[in-house]
Amino acid sequence: MNVPVTMTINGQKYSHEVEPRLLLVHYIREVVGLTGTHVGCDTSQCGACTMFTVQADGAKITTIEGMAKNGELHPIQQGFWEKHGLQCGFCTPGMIMTAAQILERHPKPTEEQIRHQLEGNLCRCTGYHNIVKAIQWAAEHMPAKK
Amino acid sequence: MATVTEGRLFGKSIKRREDPRFITGRGTYVDDVKLPGMTYAAFVRSPHAHARIKAIDAARARKVPGVIAVYTSQEIKVGGLPCGWMLPGIKVPTRPVLAQGKARYVGEPVAIVIGETPYAAKDGAEAVSVTYEALQGVSDGKKAHQKGAPQLFDEIPSNECFYWTIGDKAAAEAAFKSAATVVSQPLLNQRLIPNAIEPRACVASHSPATDELTLWVTSQNPHVHRLLMAAFVLAIPETKMRVIAPDVGGGFGSKIFVYNEEVAVSWASRTLKRPVKWTAERRESFLNDAHGRDHVTEAEMAFSREGTITGLRVKTHANLGAYLSTFAPLIPSYLYGPLLSGVYKIPAIFCEVWGMLSNTAPVDAYRGAGRPEATFLLERVMDRAARQLRLDPAELRRKNFIPAFTGGTPYQTPVAFAYDSGDYEPALQRALELSGYEQVRREQAAARQKGRYLGIGVTTYIEACGPAPSAVAGSLGAGAGLWESGQVRVDPTGTVTVFTGSHSHGQGHETTFAQIVADELGIPMEHIEVVHGDTARIPFGMGTYGSRSACVGGSAIVKCLDKIKEKGRKIAAHLLEAGEQDLVFQGGTWSVKGSPDKKKAWGEVALMAYLAHNIPQGMEPGLEATSFYDPVNFTFPFGAHVAVVEVDAETGAVTILKYVAVDDVGRVINPMIVDGMVHGGIAQGVGQALWEHGIYTDDGQLLSGTMMDYAMPKADSLPSYVTDRTVTPSPINPLGVKGAGETGTIASTPTIANAVMDALEPFGVRHLDMPLTPGKIWKAVAATKKK
Repeated sequence: MNVPVTMTINGQKYSHEVEPRLLLVHYIREVVGLTGTHVGCDTSQCGACTMFTVQADGAKITTIEGMAKNGELHPIQQGFWEKHGLQCGFCTPGMIMTAAQILERHPKPTEEQIRHQLEGNLCRCTGYHNIVKAIQWAAEHMPAKK
Repeated sequence: MATVTEGRLFGKSIKRREDPRFITGRGTYVDDVKLPGMTYAAFVRSPHAHARIKAIDAARARKVPGVIAVYTSQEIKVGGLPCGWMLPGIKVPTRPVLAQGKARYVGEPVAIVIGETPYAAKDGAEAVSVTYEALQGVSDGKKAHQKGAPQLFDEIPSNECFYWTIGDKAAAEAAFKSAATVVSQPLLNQRLIPNAIEPRACVASHSPATDELTLWVTSQNPHVHRLLMAAFVLAIPETKMRVIAPDVGGGFGSKIFVYNEEVAVSWASRTLKRPVKWTAERRESFLNDAHGRDHVTEAEMAFSREGTITGLRVKTHANLGAYLSTFAPLIPSYLYGPLLSGVYKIPAIFCEVWGMLSNTAPVDAYRGAGRPEATFLLERVMDRAARQLRLDPAELRRKNFIPAFTGGTPYQTPVAFAYDSGDYEPALQRALELSGYEQVRREQAAARQKGRYLGIGVTTYIEACGPAPSAVAGSLGAGAGLWESGQVRVDPTGTVTVFTGSHSHGQGHETTFAQIVADELGIPMEHIEVVHGDTARIPFGMGTYGSRSACVGGSAIVKCLDKIKEKGRKIAAHLLEAGEQDLVFQGGTWSVKGSPDKKKAWGEVALMAYLAHNIPQGMEPGLEATSFYDPVNFTFPFGAHVAVVEVDAETGAVTILKYVAVDDVGRVINPMIVDGMVHGGIAQGVGQALWEHGIYTDDGQLLSGTMMDYAMPKADSLPSYVTDRTVTPSPINPLGVKGAGETGTIASTPTIANAVMDALEPFGVRHLDMPLTPGKIWKAVAATKKK
């Protein structure tokens, strides 16, 4: 039996009836059609595949598609570009969204903090070296909080 | 061909042009493809390593809401999955698309279920009931060879798929007879599971209107997929099949091969006349992506009294898994044995390899493919030798280096390869400097006094890239030519589209190839598009593996540019009423030598080529060129890596304190991109040294079958790396490039292993098999304390 859900993704409101077992990540990708959010490890390392859609009922969600505003890249996106923080690009959306969380909690993170906080996100291309550099670049270029 | 060298963009760290779509979530990976009427596939897989399939009952599954169809090998009657590399005397087992009669490894697909949604398909797969009669299985390549071992195929006695040798047995025996010192070391090069972060996926869409099958697939080589599937499996004309490998999220070898899933999905789409999508769950990647490495080896090296290598003997059991994956026989043979000379003068080498079948997932190329196995062997044995000969490990290596050869005359090894160019000493020197080798050695001695155990690992390596001269590949058993194609199409407005047969799944072709073209034509990068990965757009191409994109694929583009410039020059000379030989082409303009005002810009010439109002008589209009570049040799990058680690003797934990990589990959088109590939390669090699292990029980159950059990390298367990380069251009291609995709992986595994073993030296622990996990180290240290 399907259940109704309503949530706001990147500032836009979505309402659907979904199977209770539908994972949020599948809802975002398949139902809403925002395919920037990827399923990679499938084993709850970062947790993106562990949440049901119904658990996000009423939530406000930002995905990678919501990071750039008015055609301006978010400083984290810019950092990944400047510092070659990506190769195949598949882990990149998850890395950028995690970086946003890291910088929220640690506006001036040390390398150790960044590496520790990235623990749930896997990259097979970069060896993490330039991902760390990208987040450091972003930390330096984030607008000051009001 | 003209030689291309550093220019306006060649050699510069240009930011990648592909990044904006990836950092905004707008890449298009296979799982992002959505078509009207799409259906979804799920596979029923064998839970047994070895079992007779007595019955498959799909009646209940067919009644599950949303299930459209269930197919088994009863329905899908197509050719088996082909093996693309033959060795003399090889016995090739038939590999059905879905298990037929017997299942031979855990995860082997037995049935495919098609549903209206992915969830319905999975429900259906749960409801398929398969009756198995379990048989004894064997997972170890060497045990599979023993008398009485379970047999996978009646027609392949002792599970021995091939026996292959290289080198001179008599010469090696003589070297060992007269040796002053012999160093022997049994080595395990453990099984690895590739784990590209994008799982494999495919979407097949058959058009009843045109009878064309379009397959989006996570492939490193779309034309190879098309050829093998159309000609050998589905038996349809190549013209009726289009393969698109769009954005692909990493490959590392695992996406070269043709797998069961894309065949079954294609067949289902042709049968149902609806698009079918399958995306692997990570669990399925572990079970059915081709694995890597898995060698059991005995190696011995002979030395003179002075520490000069006089001979090498190697015996390897290479575990190939239950069936032969697409290029499986190549990896432990011609990509392994010929690498065994390394950067050293070794007068006599003899190597024997047994290619073994076992009840495990098929094993094939994985980043480095054969070369890491050879390098790990050499470098571990060299380290053991240094200890035994009481020489510094760096010094022993230096002593045995092949002297520099950079003048174009290749160095012939005793194991087939003729290296293109090399100068090994400076790379080692630089790596030692950057690591502060002497200083660290002193710190190590001081730390030991305080009960802290530092270890320093040194590796010097060679690698073979850019496979390969097609005639050579053919004579060694290749089922394909290994040239590469390129096409350059100039538009009337002067913009340029470059089509390449190689494929980017992270390598950055859209940037590096555009850098080459922009320099050569003197036009802005923004005027250049690079297209790859679609058989309907690009000329027949061989794809990307073996670090071949720049040296083979890039060279094909240079050949095209030569043709374009030659025709452009003819048109410009005609328009300027000047002799062709009197023109200079610079900065996108042809001008007459001595009268720089007499000139024609690139755009004017391009336009005239298409207007054709005033071109030389007899010349065809248009401005485009296609080339197929067949390399004359492999290229041979090399380098030296040094790592400093600390081992906690109480817990066995290893911390990497410093990692230095000095690589020589020939000329470098984009240093930022090359550094990035080296970083990633190092992490992957460190993963093998310290954490990663595809573990099967003796009878073939996969124990490390999820990310919870298989330890992937993570950000918090790796350091930042120090990278540098020496530059020895390759004389065999116009770009002077050698290849950079795999060096990091090849060098870092033995570097870290050597460093850890160096740290454990005070405990008298001489060798431990990888991965060097805390538990394994702790046990080894504890055992020495008991004595």
